[in-house]
Formats: sequence, C-alpha cells, structure tokens
Amino acid sequence: MFRRNQQPSPIAPLSANPRIAAVDTTAPDFPGRRFEIPAAAPLRLDSGVELGPVTIAYQTYGTLNAERSNAVLVCHALTGDQFVADTHPITGKPGWWETIVGPGKLLDTERYFVLCANVLGGCMGTSGPKDTNPATGTPWGIEFPVITVGDMVKAQVRLIDHLGIEKLFCVIGGSMGGMQVLEWASAYPERVFAAVPVATSYRHSAQNIAFHEVGRQAIMADPDWCGGAYQLAGTSPHRGLAVARMAAHITYLSETALHRKFGRRLQNRAQLSYGFDADFQVESYLRHQGSTFVDRFDANSYLYITRAMDYFDMQAEHGGSLAEAFTGTKTRFCVVSFTSDWLFPTSESRALVHALNAAAANVSFVEIVSDKGHDAFLLDEPEFHSVLGGFLNGAAEHRGLKFG
Amino acid sequence: MSEPAAPPAAAQGRPRSAIRVDLKAIAEMIEPGTRVLDIGCGDGALLDYLAHEKGVDSRGIEISQAGVNACVAQGLSVIQGDADTDLKDYPTGGFDYAILSQTLQATWDPKAVLGQLVRIARRAIVSFPNFGVWHVRLRLLVGGRMPVTDSLSAAWYETPNIHLCTIDDFVELCEALGVTIETAMVLDAEGRPKGLRAPGRLANLLGEQGLFVLKREV
Repeated sequence: MFRRNQQPSPIAPLSANPRIAAVDTTAPDFPGRRFEIPAAAPLRLDSGVELGPVTIAYQTYGTLNAERSNAVLVCHALTGDQFVADTHPITGKPGWWETIVGPGKLLDTERYFVLCANVLGGCMGTSGPKDTNPATGTPWGIEFPVITVGDMVKAQVRLIDHLGIEKLFCVIGGSMGGMQVLEWASAYPERVFAAVPVATSYRHSAQNIAFHEVGRQAIMADPDWCGGAYQLAGTSPHRGLAVARMAAHITYLSETALHRKFGRRLQNRAQLSYGFDADFQVESYLRHQGSTFVDRFDANSYLYITRAMDYFDMQAEHGGSLAEAFTGTKTRFCVVSFTSDWLFPTSESRALVHALNAAAANVSFVEIVSDKGHDAFLLDEPEFHSVLGGFLNGAAEHRGLKFG
Repeated sequence: MSEPAAPPAAAQGRPRSAIRVDLKAIAEMIEPGTRVLDIGCGDGALLDYLAHEKGVDSRGIEISQAGVNACVAQGLSVIQGDADTDLKDYPTGGFDYAILSQTLQATWDPKAVLGQLVRIARRAIVSFPNFGVWHVRLRLLVGGRMPVTDSLSAAWYETPNIHLCTIDDFVELCEALGVTIETAMVLDAEGRPKGLRAPGRLANLLGEQGLFVLKREV
C-alpha cells in the first residue's frame, strides 16, 4: 500500500563540524535548531503529494566525532517532541527522556552525538497543520497532506544527509518512536548500525486504531474545531483535545498502576458529592492531564499523527511477510517490551522478533517485568536500563567506537 | 554461508574467564569467524567466549527471561525463546553451527528439535547427559529409585529433564531421522573428553555425557 523507493538520498558534502555548518535559524516560537527542505527538492509523500518547503525542528546533544560514526537518532512518540533532554519551552518540565539521555547517562552525550527531530506533522517547529500553507497564506488546517510514519522517516533522512551523517550508530525510540526505528531499519538498512524499537509494534492494532478514533472524534465533535480551521476562527478545540488526551492517557497506564496511584480515593473531600464533580482522584488526575496537554499540543497535529500510526503496517507493506521487511539486514536489533503494556503487548514484539529471526537478523529481545504499563519505557526501570546499556556497549564495541 | 565477523577490536587479546570444560570442548569444534546459534544459552558464557576468542557471530536463545536479560546486558545477542516452538522461524542453513548443550532432554519434542537443528545450521552440536552410564543403571537396579546424580540433580517430581536417553538411544534417533553423525565423543563427569570409541557399548556404559556433531544427510 505504501511501498517506497528505498534508494538512499545523496549524502550532503562533509564539512568540518556540522553543528556549525548547519544552516540553523532559530524560530521565533521555540528554541533550537532548524533545517529546511527546500521547495525545489520537496518530500514525496506516500499519499503522492509533494510537500516543500518543509521545516524540521531538532535538538542535538554532544559532538559528532571525526568519523561521524557516533550519531544516535532518538525518535519521539505521538505526543513527544525534540526536547529529549532539555527543559520543555512550554511546560518548563525536564526533557522526556532525561532518564537515559545526558552526560554520563546510558545515551552518554559525552560519547554520542544524540539528535531528535520533531516529526513531520508535529507542532513544535517542524512543518505541520498549524503552519502557513504557502499557496494560500493561511494555516494548513486539514488541508495539510496526510502523512505516514514512512514520511516522517523520509524527512529525518533529509536531516541526516544535511548533517553529513552516512550511517547512524543507533536509532532508538518507544511507541510511535519505535515504529520510526523499524521504518528506518527496513527502508534504510545500510544507514542504521543498531536499532532499538521499544514498546512498539510492526503494525497498529485494531484496538489501537479504535482508541485513536475515539480521540479524533472527541476533537472533531468540539464546535471550536470549526472543521479544522480554528486558527482562522480564533478558537481552539481544547475541550475535545483534552478528552482525547484523557482517553489516550488511560491506555498508557495499567490497571495495577492506576489502582496503586489512586485506588478509589476521593479528591479533596470526605464523601461522595452525589454530582458530577471530580469526586475521585483518578478523575481529577485525568482532567489535569487533559487540561495541561492542550497548552502544548495542536489538535490538528493530533489528528494527523494518530492517523500516521493507524496507517502503519509493515507486514502489509511487504506482501504479508514481515520478514521481507528485513531481508539481508546487517543491523543489530534490540527489541524491548514491558509485561503490563497492553497498548503494545509483548506478543507483538515477539512476532517482530520471529520475523527478524526468519530474516537471519542479529537480534536481542527482552521483556521487562513492570506494572507501569506502556509508559514504563519513559520511567526509571532499572532492568530496562541495564539491558539497554549492555546492548549499546556491545554495539559500540562492534562498531569500533572508542571513547576517550 | 559463513560470514566471518572480525572480533571486536576492543576485545582482541583480552582473555575471557575460563568456561566450563564441556563448553570448552564444544568451543574447540567451532571454526573461527562462523555464525553460531546457541539454543539454551543460559548465562551466555559460551556465546561470550566464542565472540571474543573466535570472532564468531554468535546468537542465543534462552527460555528464562532473567538469563536473557543478563546476556543482553553483557552485550550478547540473545532472545527469549523456546527450543520447542521458536526454531521453526529461522531460515534453512542460516547458521554454520547450532548448539544444543544439555538441553535436548528438557524439550517436549526432541525428535522435532533435532530435525530443526540440522535444518537451520550446516552442523548441529548436541550434548546431553547419558542415562545409560553404569552408576545410573546401578542406582535403578539396586536402589529401585529414580537416579539422582551430579548431572541429573533434581528429584523425579521436579526435574525439567522429561526426555532422558542413553547414547545408544540418541544414535538410534539420528539414524531414524537420517542425520549423519560426523563426530561422537563421551565426556566424564567434569566434562572432559574420555578416550572411548563412540558410539559403542563401552561409551554407553562409561560416558557421563554424549557430545555429537551432526549434519543432515545429503
């Protein structure tokens, strides 16, 4: 359905230090680096649409070595962004993967050149539906072309070319980030030395599509959505987006985690109100999750990115044989799942591992015992971190990376 | 099929900690730079040794998640899986060697597992405890109880070893499967090779373990 041209893009000429050489401009809204895919060489999307110019907002940590062999691309999840290890410019919270990215951490920025780009269709600086459509001079809204996980990766490939990196040491990500990791490894195998898909799947399940549809309908049912043209109307479908976030947030946790955290405890009251206030702590918590989310996320971006995940199906793309997606791969894989993740259950990781075995791939597979649900990949899970550290060190040894 | 992998530069010349004698005997049968799958790789000692001492592209399957996590945390390529169910996914001839060390007797279907081993690798290396060794026979004959020995240390009601066999039984299965025995040897209780002609009556009586190199008949 979305079979893609697997030719690698030409590599940009090497320059001494891409961190300096990059033509970076700082956007007025968010801090960080920018790269522009010119209109003259547009992205050809899976839908057939040619999109350009496209801005990619990204962050980098550490220094690219002289051989350009220590680059680690972190791919973010649905509602993540490029601020992996920086204070978030809107929420003021720490970076979303500071548990593993930073000086002296697992993805040690003293050793690796870590980069993360906001995905295509996102709302943190990379081109998406809230940006201006050059053809009309007004915000794209739902006139923005539908994008796929493959399109997100194509945009990242342009960025990597621009930085003069021929082969990434590692591509790593959880959830939708893991889908991008698999896409990278399948479509650009010669450019990925090691791949770490975490808490993810080779296809979005019917149940996950169903949850996404609930979220999208919540947004579109909000009268302030205005058929997607809320920017022009001067409104914002924040109630719909908040409900979408609340429903989705439940899927990121587990029954055990919810029960441990909240049980049936009441929120700031001694007895039931016999009304529809947030009597229970869990209600209050979800309302808070919903209301803070709308401050940092664009509703149309949510529609586009959930759609991209829904469309993801590597097996269908390869004639029903997932192993075909990885034929002849030399990439070293480390597949990770969590026992209580019911959004991307271990069974899906296991099916992926079986396909990788059938392709004679070099693969490690661990299931981590955790009761924290899908979100476990973002949290302090010592066993996950110890396994990931071992895998990265082993891969670095095989890649011949030397760290002073 | 073999695809020599250069030993990691950082590891060259670094002596690995000594491995079990029976694993050493297996390691000695493996050509450097080959592709190896170790099924039931435990803590990964053999994989680690092969990767670092012989530049082998080594992979492992281990049933216990704790074992897998320990292996991957050491930088080894290991997946959680089961010899009975997970070998069918591997492509035919994808490896130079498939190793099944002290695991065959714990599988549900040893015949099918053996068939898979010689399918996925050019050579299969299989070791197992010999239930025909004299003192096992004696314990059953004289004591009238299920033998519990150093290599078969669990009581009958909790042993994972559900398909025990003698060396002669194993040889018979290989013949039935049309599998060629390229090398056969018996090991003593410490895992050292015993200089007995194998297979043979004395080997079946005196060997603590059997160690075989097999390949599919062509």
